Amino acid sequence: MAEVVLERVNKIYPNGYHAIHDLDLDIKDGEFLVLVGPSGCGKSTALRMVAGLEEISGGEMRIGPTLVNDVHPKDRDIAMVFQNYALYPHMTVADNIGFALKLAKIPKAEIEERVGKAAAILDLTEQLPKKPGQLSGGQRQRVAMGRAIVRQPKAFLMDEPLSNLDAKLRVQMRAEIAALQRDLGVTTIYVTHDQVEAMTMGDRVCVLKRGFLQQVDTPQNLYDSPDNVFVAGFIGSPSMNLMRLTLGGTADNMSVEIEGQTLKIDPQVAQAKPALAGFLGREVVVGIRPEDMEDAEIATDAPGDRKLRTHCTLIEALGSELIVHFPLAVESFSIMDAEFEGEDAVEQAKDEQGRTIYVGRFSPRSRARIGSELEVVVDTARFHFFDPESGNAIRG
Amino acid sequence: MTGTSTDPGVTTSTLNMSADSDIQIIPDGSGRKDDGGAAGPVDRLYNFLAAVPTWILWVLVFIWTLPTFSLFVNSFRSRDAQRNAGWWTVFDDEVPPSIANYEEVLGAEASGGLTAGLVNSFAIAIPATIIPIAIAAFAAYAFAWIDFKGRQVLFIATVSLLAIPNQVSLIPLLQTYSNGAHWTIPGLDKTMTIVPDLGLAGTTTAVWITHTAFAMPFAIFLLHNYISQLPKDLFESARIDGADHFTIFWRLVFPLSVPVLAAFAIFQFLWTWNDYLIALTMIGANGDNWPATIKIASQAGEFGLKEHILSAGAFVQAFVPLVVFFLLQRFFVRGLLAGSVKG
Repeated sequence: MAEVVLERVNKIYPNGYHAIHDLDLDIKDGEFLVLVGPSGCGKSTALRMVAGLEEISGGEMRIGPTLVNDVHPKDRDIAMVFQNYALYPHMTVADNIGFALKLAKIPKAEIEERVGKAAAILDLTEQLPKKPGQLSGGQRQRVAMGRAIVRQPKAFLMDEPLSNLDAKLRVQMRAEIAALQRDLGVTTIYVTHDQVEAMTMGDRVCVLKRGFLQQVDTPQNLYDSPDNVFVAGFIGSPSMNLMRLTLGGTADNMSVEIEGQTLKIDPQVAQAKPALAGFLGREVVVGIRPEDMEDAEIATDAPGDRKLRTHCTLIEALGSELIVHFPLAVESFSIMDAEFEGEDAVEQAKDEQGRTIYVGRFSPRSRARIGSELEVVVDTARFHFFDPESGNAIRG
Repeated sequence: MTGTSTDPGVTTSTLNMSADSDIQIIPDGSGRKDDGGAAGPVDRLYNFLAAVPTWILWVLVFIWTLPTFSLFVNSFRSRDAQRNAGWWTVFDDEVPPSIANYEEVLGAEASGGLTAGLVNSFAIAIPATIIPIAIAAFAAYAFAWIDFKGRQVLFIATVSLLAIPNQVSLIPLLQTYSNGAHWTIPGLDKTMTIVPDLGLAGTTTAVWITHTAFAMPFAIFLLHNYISQLPKDLFESARIDGADHFTIFWRLVFPLSVPVLAAFAIFQFLWTWNDYLIALTMIGANGDNWPATIKIASQAGEFGLKEHILSAGAFVQAFVPLVVFFLLQRFFVRGLLAGSVKG
């Protein structure tokens, strides 16, 4: 067990593609760090560099006290779980789990004991004599985990280990892996593109975009105070509504105007974010989480300058909540670049009049219907503000 | 392939696993040409062949087997019977069918004796099968998975050797075997020996060395196709588990490549066992070292006086490949498909 430190690590491929830019990460001993980002953000590359499968083009990487830039993967004392599990198809489960120990010339009796222990932890004891081809997806995933834990390495590296499982199994394995990691206390780096996995599993989450580090923090901090508009839009589902609005009013009484309706910004916000005064009369990106909106029929005590009139275009009833879609004639701010992010770049939905569709998360008691008039109460105290030029959060 | 193989062995599970990963990487299903009833040429050919009625196949089998069968019948008939009437009159022969031809072919009184020829054939075919596989498997692994300078160029150069006809190089090779290769440096009156005179002409060693060399480009090409298709994750996982290239080769690549190795072994064994031209060129008049093919041809005698024993000789000669084929045919079918069609 050890800490993993990356200092100004760069990855430049022979074809000149710069995949990772000056990545600084300090992963503490026993910490569960999740790397998350859209495809092509360099998260897998970063992980593979820690594993030693990709060369480090610049910067320093340490596992424990050792500088590992030029250390062969097998000498780094790390274990990796691959997306496709990478089980050896011609070996039994027991041989798969014990392969690394066998190569390390550990006595047979000890291998057997350690494999047995790992199998017991993962509930694989009965599968030990079988071949991987005879196992279900979930069992294969467990074997891949078993191969990692049996070595008692300094760090676990996991590259989207759950993405080949069906949704239900994924939720189950998510909890199991997180619990296992806590029990074993092994430093873990986990790559995923699924932000739910990132939020639920990680002690800290590191958000990457195009090889640039965006923010590293605990899941809750990442959600509550994103450093920039990308993190704000990427973390959270449904994602944060991002609107380009002009900041009006005065320093003590700020407001924004949406379709001619004025929303008064809570004075607390202006106090907490003094830098906001500098943007008076200029365009800002306003971020509103869906749960900071509510049906006016339920939040009856809301003042009139916190409401928006619109109509409902779509409702997704999830039982515990309603995801309500409504159009507003306000230009949205896209965090994805279609040219770069490819399939991940989702065109912001628009209605027939070209108005952008925004999303609110309402109480299930709301009686909003598709096509009906809708009055939305907005909790302006929980607005997020971003500089439209740099994308950085406006704080203080 | 999954549908036809009888045991859920090594290949099937590998390919299944990689197929799983394809589904993940390309969720919309595009790019999976070999899947379902899509319109790929392989699919159409497969569907067409699958629709051919079984009785047509039996007719084809009958037509294809008939010449061999007639040869088989004739191999039991006397010289006169063979010369006078077709094989289907076998029940009207004056001399009833017997194993006399076989006794003559294998017996010591026949010129040379085929038994010694069969031993020579084994002495050629076995090293000429095992040695190219051993070398080519290492080479194919290196070409597929070791990143070294000039890998691409060297691989293309190796494979392009397939285009050179064997016959072109037979005589120069024979010269090298019998005299070595020497080069007189121009203007210096000095001669360098590049290959010493090993005195190999007329030996079975010369034959299997030649077979080995000629087999190499195709062997490397075939094995490379297969080995490069193995999932990359396996190799990376093994590297992290502490395996070096040698361990990866022996513990992973070799066991996973058994089908293609077996398929190539059958090809190569049949080809070297049945070879006449290379053996005749390299061994020449040295009758002690003749393989069975040359022995049989020589047994026909001057002016074809004993041509009636040729059919018996042919069957003795064909017996070994038949055994090899039926023992390994399971791998044969799998290996031909392996690497070309995924899944």
